[in-house]
Amino acid sequence: MRISFKEWTKSGAPWVWLNAGAVAISMIMVVGLLILIAVRGLGHFWPADLVQATYSENGQQMKLVGELVNSEDVPADQLRDSGVDVPEGAEFMQRNLIKVGNRDVGGSDFIWVLDDFISQSSKPEMLFAAERREWGNFYGYLRSVKQDGELVASYDGYEKTAEYEVLWQDFQSRIERALVLHEQIKDIEKGDIGSINYELERIRLKERALQLKEITDQARYQELDARRAELNADYEVLQKDLTDLYTAFNRDSITAEVADGRIVEIEISKIVRAFLPNDMGLGAKIAHYAEKIVEFMTDDPREANTEGGIFPAIFGTVMMVLLMSVMVTPFGVVAAVYLREYAKQGFVTRLIRIAVNNLAGVPSIVYGVFGLGFFVYFLGGHIDDALFPEAKPAPTFGTPGLLWASLTLALLTVPVVIVATEEGLSRIPRAVREGSLALGATKAETLWKVVLPMASPAMMTGVILAIARAAGEVAPLMLVGVVKLAPSLPLDMNYPFLHLDQKFMHLGFHIYDVGFQSPNVEAARPLVYATALLLVAVIAMLNLSAIAIRNHLREKYKALEM
Amino acid sequence: MSIDNTPIHPDLDFDTPAAQRLRKIRAFKDKLAGVGIAFGGISVIVAILLIFFYLLYEVAPLFQSAEIHPWQEQDRQVEPYAVPGEGNTLYLTMEEQAEIGLRVTDEAILTFFDTRSGAVIKSEKLALPEGATVTSFALASEASRILALGLSNGQALVIKHNYKSTYPDGKRVISPELAWPMGEEPIQVSDTPLTLLAINGDEENWSLIGGDNQHLKQTSISLTENLFSGEVEAEAERSELPYLNINARKILLMPDNRWMMISGAEGKIAVVDMQAEGGPKATQLIKGSSGEITSFNLLLGGNSVLVGDNKGQMSQWFLVRDENQNWQLSKIRSFASGSNPINSLSTEHRRKGFVTVDDSGMLRMYSTTANRNSLSHSIASGAVDNAVLSPRSNALLVEKDGQLALWKIDNEHPEISWSALWSKVWYEGYEEPEFIWQSSASTNDFEPKYSLMPLAFGTLKAAFYAMLLATPLAICGAIYTAYFMVPSLRRKVKPFIELMEALPTVILGFLAGLWLAPFMETNLAGIFLTLLLVPVSIVTFAFIWAQLPNKVRYLIPEGWDAILLIPVVVCSTLFSFEIAPLFEQLIFGGDMRYWVANEVGIPFDQRNALVVGIAMGFAIIPTIFSITEDAIFAVPKHLSYGSLALGATPWQTLVRVVMPTASPGIFSAVMIGMGRAVGETMIVLMATGNTPIMDVNIFEGMRTLAANIAVEMPESEVGSTHYRILFLAAFVLFMFTFVVNTLAETIRQHLRKKYGSL
Repeated sequence: MRISFKEWTKSGAPWVWLNAGAVAISMIMVVGLLILIAVRGLGHFWPADLVQATYSENGQQMKLVGELVNSEDVPADQLRDSGVDVPEGAEFMQRNLIKVGNRDVGGSDFIWVLDDFISQSSKPEMLFAAERREWGNFYGYLRSVKQDGELVASYDGYEKTAEYEVLWQDFQSRIERALVLHEQIKDIEKGDIGSINYELERIRLKERALQLKEITDQARYQELDARRAELNADYEVLQKDLTDLYTAFNRDSITAEVADGRIVEIEISKIVRAFLPNDMGLGAKIAHYAEKIVEFMTDDPREANTEGGIFPAIFGTVMMVLLMSVMVTPFGVVAAVYLREYAKQGFVTRLIRIAVNNLAGVPSIVYGVFGLGFFVYFLGGHIDDALFPEAKPAPTFGTPGLLWASLTLALLTVPVVIVATEEGLSRIPRAVREGSLALGATKAETLWKVVLPMASPAMMTGVILAIARAAGEVAPLMLVGVVKLAPSLPLDMNYPFLHLDQKFMHLGFHIYDVGFQSPNVEAARPLVYATALLLVAVIAMLNLSAIAIRNHLREKYKALEM
Repeated sequence: MSIDNTPIHPDLDFDTPAAQRLRKIRAFKDKLAGVGIAFGGISVIVAILLIFFYLLYEVAPLFQSAEIHPWQEQDRQVEPYAVPGEGNTLYLTMEEQAEIGLRVTDEAILTFFDTRSGAVIKSEKLALPEGATVTSFALASEASRILALGLSNGQALVIKHNYKSTYPDGKRVISPELAWPMGEEPIQVSDTPLTLLAINGDEENWSLIGGDNQHLKQTSISLTENLFSGEVEAEAERSELPYLNINARKILLMPDNRWMMISGAEGKIAVVDMQAEGGPKATQLIKGSSGEITSFNLLLGGNSVLVGDNKGQMSQWFLVRDENQNWQLSKIRSFASGSNPINSLSTEHRRKGFVTVDDSGMLRMYSTTANRNSLSHSIASGAVDNAVLSPRSNALLVEKDGQLALWKIDNEHPEISWSALWSKVWYEGYEEPEFIWQSSASTNDFEPKYSLMPLAFGTLKAAFYAMLLATPLAICGAIYTAYFMVPSLRRKVKPFIELMEALPTVILGFLAGLWLAPFMETNLAGIFLTLLLVPVSIVTFAFIWAQLPNKVRYLIPEGWDAILLIPVVVCSTLFSFEIAPLFEQLIFGGDMRYWVANEVGIPFDQRNALVVGIAMGFAIIPTIFSITEDAIFAVPKHLSYGSLALGATPWQTLVRVVMPTASPGIFSAVMIGMGRAVGETMIVLMATGNTPIMDVNIFEGMRTLAANIAVEMPESEVGSTHYRILFLAAFVLFMFTFVVNTLAETIRQHLRKKYGSL
């Protein structure tokens, strides 16, 4: 059908299409964002191929080994301005970001190189990558394995031979051994010695408390001293074990050849994992990938949070959210029940309802400020004065911590629960309530046996939405309890097991901290994407389940209204 | 036959004791539940209200005026006592805890005394050279505790008073002592009696200026510590100063040893540049007062001069650089004061503030930055001889008629006033009054700059750019979703976009800061090209679509246009970025970013308002979308059906019927979106440079109230002025969003009522 442009405009169709365009753009933005996070987050764990190449710029030659991270086009003029000798006629040059690792050897992990200046690029199968506990990744050729400083085996070529195969296997088994020892050392240091230190600190506090109460009964002091001596003896034993373990742990080392031909010695105790990316088949790569994801989810962070896992952050987030929901659910539900069922409906309740609705829109940082001022300094300070005078001047609850963070977030999310529960209560048909009352049930019984069970999905929705909001909130937490690196989890085997006064790590804050406060942002970036992906996945799942429950609820009441 | 009239009793008896008991228990439980729920409900609501009152409680002390009372010691008022020591007071001061006072007299006696009772703790008479008497006195600064006595033989003694705290038996004992930073030997400053004297300097380089009305001489002393013995060695150097015929009364030397201020008769002030080319030279001779100058002191930091006169006028002066790069002593502000001559002035040791006492015994406390008179109180019935503040500004020692009285002062936050927070303030070292936020610095004598304007401006700027992106997208999207889209698609699209709302802002902020900002820096032209090309391509596609034969068009039912447009938008975006380099070559000479910064001259930050606008716009789209969509969808269908039946096109119906009805709802959606944009913390924290500048430039960053709290709160000292100002910022945010949301909510409820009647 032919239609003139003028007529078409007059019908208003372009506007309708532009509106449709707005929807399309919004959806593309959401999908694009999710894809961006997913691709970058998941891609990080895939073992990238190692490239060896010669790079020559302005007459200087340099050998490179590393993985290609990123590439971009730069205007040639800009390069000419900065003194790079760019071929005539070129308008754009491709610039690659290469992760060369070996921070202890070369100084920086990443370098930018111009694609045109790279020559003799190859992917030797023998190049290996090692993830280390410090100085980032190592790339190079394995040359020898040493035990107690003495050569065990060595290899000199660049071809894959049986001899090399044996050397590599030896290397791998030594890494295995070191990892087992490392695990044992960590168990002793964190577990046994950790609890001894914890108990010693408690004894110190008990003693101080006795002094403060001016108790002169020497028997009680002696009791503490005896226990302290016992612990110190235990500690001596453990310390000796530890020394032995460390000697065994530091036994092995390797030498390896880096890109410029230098030979570098690395202690095997510093290596977490070593692999030959260019020699891996698809199956091996997938296995490696899975292993890395498991590590990411269950391990402690390494190297100022830029490597390793994020388990403490996941744990801290879950812990905080759980505590928060334990606090927010009863209070939110009680407030909603009061507003809907008990309070006299009128001007005041309307006012309160508006206020509660609005509080959901108050900036979260305001809650953080309130939490810091009121909970931490005011309440916490008074609790310390009353209950923990022996620990002074070190604060116990008078400093940001898990309890205050949960409480602050509970306050932040209580309007969500109130609004959702109220909506659920208002959807319950009057007839149901009146039926129950007519049968002689009291108001409380009606509420407990009829109304609340029917409204429970609504409450669930509210709580899930509250959890979703709390899990993603960072601004208030920065003031009331998160830290970049917590030495221990808030839940452990030391009495009283749940440490409400401890600071904790949080996924959202981890993203902020690693992405913006980290000294090596470039290296940390993939990990931040992965963390972001995890956080988005958790929150999307929570929200989708809330939506599902809500829809289910609506279906249910449709049946009731018949 | 009799009829049995007795009713038939059922088998059930409701009044057995057990049933009665059960009923009682149930009634009790019911009551208990009622009370419990009411208590719980009310306490939650109270807890929520607590936020408001707690914030207010923390902010309130900022605006309290100061108080002064006679000092109380163990519930007993400290009565005035006779002045300890002999001679006339030259200088009076107190140590940190205000427990010990020091009085320096013209008989060269330094008396340390208990400020509560007047009991002498230590008294030392300085050994003066034969026949010399004390003729003048000078103080380097209150904080340095270094003072100088000028003698009649042209020499000067430089003394420092120190205090040592020890804790024998757990009780604090403060013992005063004297030190000689430049050696015990008197320093020869001039050959005439020193009737005028000034001293100043830093750790190593000191300058003494002294003499009489005719001759002023300068002695420079550089102190070097002997590495081996630890002894301090002084080297002196002398030079002559020009003669100024202004009948000098008092001279002041600034700590940089460059500027000297001389107050003379008839309110004259002379400024001497000691480091001018060709030797010291008077650069300025101005009238500082219309009467006679009675007080002439340096403010904390030594950059400002306080001038008080016999007409009761107080003013602050400092050196300001003019257009010719010359320093000019300028009158910065005058302080509200009475008309009685000011006869005593004492500066605070730690803050930019001072107290004056005039001839009628009226005490006034001022803060210079805030230009605030925080206290006016009559402390005597006539002129006092001396009134000095303790280092913590919590005590005031007043000498009058041979008696000393100790007063307690409560003046926690003098540097805050309405004008200090919201108006331009002329800070020390600036060329004109400005809005500045700078809460801390490394030095102690720093002037804190607490103007909330740059922060409020930054907040609104960020919100504005976010709204600029979000409002059209969200409202247009909502219109289409609510009014044109097929219901089956709408049921999927709406929750999908609402899911965006749950996306943690820390993720948006991180993407904005680490991905979008560098991406935009390299693809600036692409971004602007996209903004231009996407709408154009949508309309072009739509027109082409309209030209297609019906057979093709009917393949896609009405209301699915949005899906059809997805590839169009994606392609046009990709196309924009593809041709952007070419476009840049043609118009911007290769790089738009350079062009903006160098050709147009607009400063370009990588993390700028555009990045924040896009990221935060993204965050508030779902809020606005969701509420607008609800408002439009809730417009009764019979209204639009009526319009359509009368022959209006769907677009006409929308614009003339649906939109006017839904407009209050849309307005409230925009308000709520704005409330969210104003309070958003993480995105602005991560995507802006957090520099508190006031500039509407889209390519520069800003600092918002919320981000400022997040950045500075963890480092601020509890109860300090800075801490309370951050609470004030939180309170401002709270009130702003609360008012905006309440307005929106009221409108929405009103709208709901209106639809109900339709």
